[in-house]
Amino acid sequence: MHPVIKLVTQRIALGLLLLLAVSVVIFVGTEALPGDVASAILGQSATPEALANLRDSLGLNEPPLTRYLAWMGGLLTGDLGTALTNGQDIGQAIAQRMGNTLFLAVCAAAISVPLAILLGLVAARYAGRWPDKVISGITLSTISLPEFVAGYFVIYLLTQVFPVFQPVAMIFPGMTFWAKLHAVALPVIVLVLVVLAHMMRMTRAAILNVMQSAYIETAELKGLSPMAVIWRHALPNAVAPIISVVVINLAYLVVGVVVVEVVFSYNALGKYLVDHVAKRDLPVVQAVGMIFAAIYIGLNIVADVVSIVANPRLRHPK
Amino acid sequence: MQDQMNYLLAQAAKGRMSRREFMGRASALGVSAALAGSMLATAARAQAPVKGGTLRAGMQGGESTNTLDPALAASEVPFMVNMTWGEMLVDVAPDNTIDLRIAEEISSNADATEWKFKIRAGVEFHNGQTLTAEDVIATLRRHTDEKSQSGALGIVQGISEMTAEGDMVTLKLASGNADLPYLMADYHLVIQPGGGVDNPAAGIGAGAYKVVANEPGVRHTFERHANYWDAARIGHADSVEILVINDNTARTAALQSGQIHMMNRVDPKIVELLTGVPGVSIQKAAGRGHYVFIMHVDTAPFDNKDLRMALKLAINRQEMVEKILGGYGSVGNDFPINSAYPFFDDSIPQREYDAAKAAEHYKASGHDGSPIILRTAAGAFPGAVEAAQLFQQSAQAAGIPLEVKLEPDDGYWSDVWNVQPFCASYWGGRPVQDQMYSTAYLSTADWNDTKFKNPQFDEILIKARAELDPVKRKEEYSQLAHILRDEGGLILPMFNDFVEARREEVGGWIVDPNGELMNGKALVKCWVTA
Repeated sequence: MHPVIKLVTQRIALGLLLLLAVSVVIFVGTEALPGDVASAILGQSATPEALANLRDSLGLNEPPLTRYLAWMGGLLTGDLGTALTNGQDIGQAIAQRMGNTLFLAVCAAAISVPLAILLGLVAARYAGRWPDKVISGITLSTISLPEFVAGYFVIYLLTQVFPVFQPVAMIFPGMTFWAKLHAVALPVIVLVLVVLAHMMRMTRAAILNVMQSAYIETAELKGLSPMAVIWRHALPNAVAPIISVVVINLAYLVVGVVVVEVVFSYNALGKYLVDHVAKRDLPVVQAVGMIFAAIYIGLNIVADVVSIVANPRLRHPK
Repeated sequence: MQDQMNYLLAQAAKGRMSRREFMGRASALGVSAALAGSMLATAARAQAPVKGGTLRAGMQGGESTNTLDPALAASEVPFMVNMTWGEMLVDVAPDNTIDLRIAEEISSNADATEWKFKIRAGVEFHNGQTLTAEDVIATLRRHTDEKSQSGALGIVQGISEMTAEGDMVTLKLASGNADLPYLMADYHLVIQPGGGVDNPAAGIGAGAYKVVANEPGVRHTFERHANYWDAARIGHADSVEILVINDNTARTAALQSGQIHMMNRVDPKIVELLTGVPGVSIQKAAGRGHYVFIMHVDTAPFDNKDLRMALKLAINRQEMVEKILGGYGSVGNDFPINSAYPFFDDSIPQREYDAAKAAEHYKASGHDGSPIILRTAAGAFPGAVEAAQLFQQSAQAAGIPLEVKLEPDDGYWSDVWNVQPFCASYWGGRPVQDQMYSTAYLSTADWNDTKFKNPQFDEILIKARAELDPVKRKEEYSQLAHILRDEGGLILPMFNDFVEARREEVGGWIVDPNGELMNGKALVKCWVTA
């Protein structure tokens, strides 16, 4: 077998094994949460009878192993069950919110990835000089700002001082594409500010690392302009580390933006998960937890595979 | 002067004052005749309802776990949603009288054990069905059912028999209750076709608006119910929406930018900042809700009356109203009733902070001096952690070793409240005294969160419940207040106001002490002018 295919298969198998382990952790973790679903649903005003009735009708009196096996069975056949709290079909609820999560992530990535790589290249080209320092200074300040502070800042600036956008970024089916873009403008700005620095710094470092090589010197000596050297010779050889950091940031944009969702009341997966954790709605928490884990593991496998494929030594073994 | 001018305008616009009288009084305040005339015209125009448009509320208190089943509503957004699509037998009006809705006439026998509700003819559900007495019975039965998970179970449990005959619903009670109509105004008791037994979360009711989109935790949208029975008076906007915006800053920004017309729960800390914003006005209503510290009177050391009294005297109520509520509230007196209730006795002396007397009671209790643990969490009530710390300081000044233990919000209502012997909590208040006392202070109450069991108290409460003579009833409620205030495990430092905000294009706003956003009726009763 070709070593690349072998490596990739290994990675995928490991990923699946990891996912299985994650499922056990999620299940045990949600079981260990203090309090129970029935009292969380009914709140302070629950009567003991109502609690007992609800607990019984939700099947909370079954042993944990039975529930785990039933859940795994449902998961493998694509049946995520219904939410305990409001009886909605989890698969449908997640599908719609997943769409919103991906819409936000894609918008943010479409701006931040090219921008970060471009800024990284510029910073590497002028390493140690003022453009490098300005770019690094600005991006490092924006990443140091907690997301909710950045969120409140852009709300203040762009809805109160210059009222061009709206503070509440809900999107619904039936809105036009441009209306959706307008609605998510503020969270996209915040996310771009948050992820920019990491990718920019990695691009810069990877390029500078390659710039030490002998073939770069050759390229310079044959009279290529510095930007052409970076673009034609340095970037292709620095692509592996850049891709892997880009992918990690993509994973973050999908699974890690709950604070931004809450600040802008954006109706996506993170807020959905947090609401259900608060109400101890275990089937939803478990389903969303598994989806987040699968996305994270999946994107990391992609990053691994890309760096393997991008590495000639692994592609053409002796 | 601004307040007086507003008062005059309101009086004149409602027709309680003639134009001549208004102009005279306005000039006494130093307002020129031309300005007064134009202000009067604006006020009069603002009073006439405007039909059409879309009215939007931005609210805290909604989760993606919410359902349209009225029996399970437990937070603010589901409450408001129920009030928008649902109609009950009766509502409690802002002046605390009964507002007849689906019930057209109410009568009872002499000892208040049998009640008759005449059902209004021609009330139509959103699905076109006509509402009948059977629907009412089926609804009540669903909430009364043993298997019910209804939040109104405790309220309807006292009904022993219900029958429908023609347009008349008859309810027989196990023991007399003069306040039964008030209980029927509970927000869980939305009348549903067939009682909602087949599909409790269908969202089909007889209210002014039909459910269009139900996206829990995100938004709820409604359109006007064309055949609403009371359409002449309420249900002005063509469509109404509730946007769930739990974040304080985002909600406030949405109001300022005009994305929403009204919001609940303005943070007391920013009221002053918001007062100066053009186009926005703050609405406050002194309600019946209160913030409390509760002791289990059956658990040491709180089973000692002197120790309880020491703690009651060691709390600085005035300071809490100022610092925790930002002045938007009033001091409490260790019983859960204030002047917003009928039959309130205002002659009961106000308990004040008295470190010396608290120290005396503490010494008399013979407590061993080990720390007294007060549990609190940020979610117990807004400012609960700070309130507990203030309590700790004022108690320590009296030599009481009070210690604050911070608990996580998560699981607070299942693991701490009603479990631990001393913790912070809140109550939303009830329309009548009987319901408040019966919910939490009767020996057999489901939510007796102070474990207060006093046979004399129970006896007077049950007697007062069936008492139709107002003088005697007031006297009995006064006795209850005295007993609870002196013997009970309740420390009630403050009643909180509802602090809300609306944009100036919203007309028809009424101050309602019964609940947030005009007791949940703001979208139904208000209109939008722009």
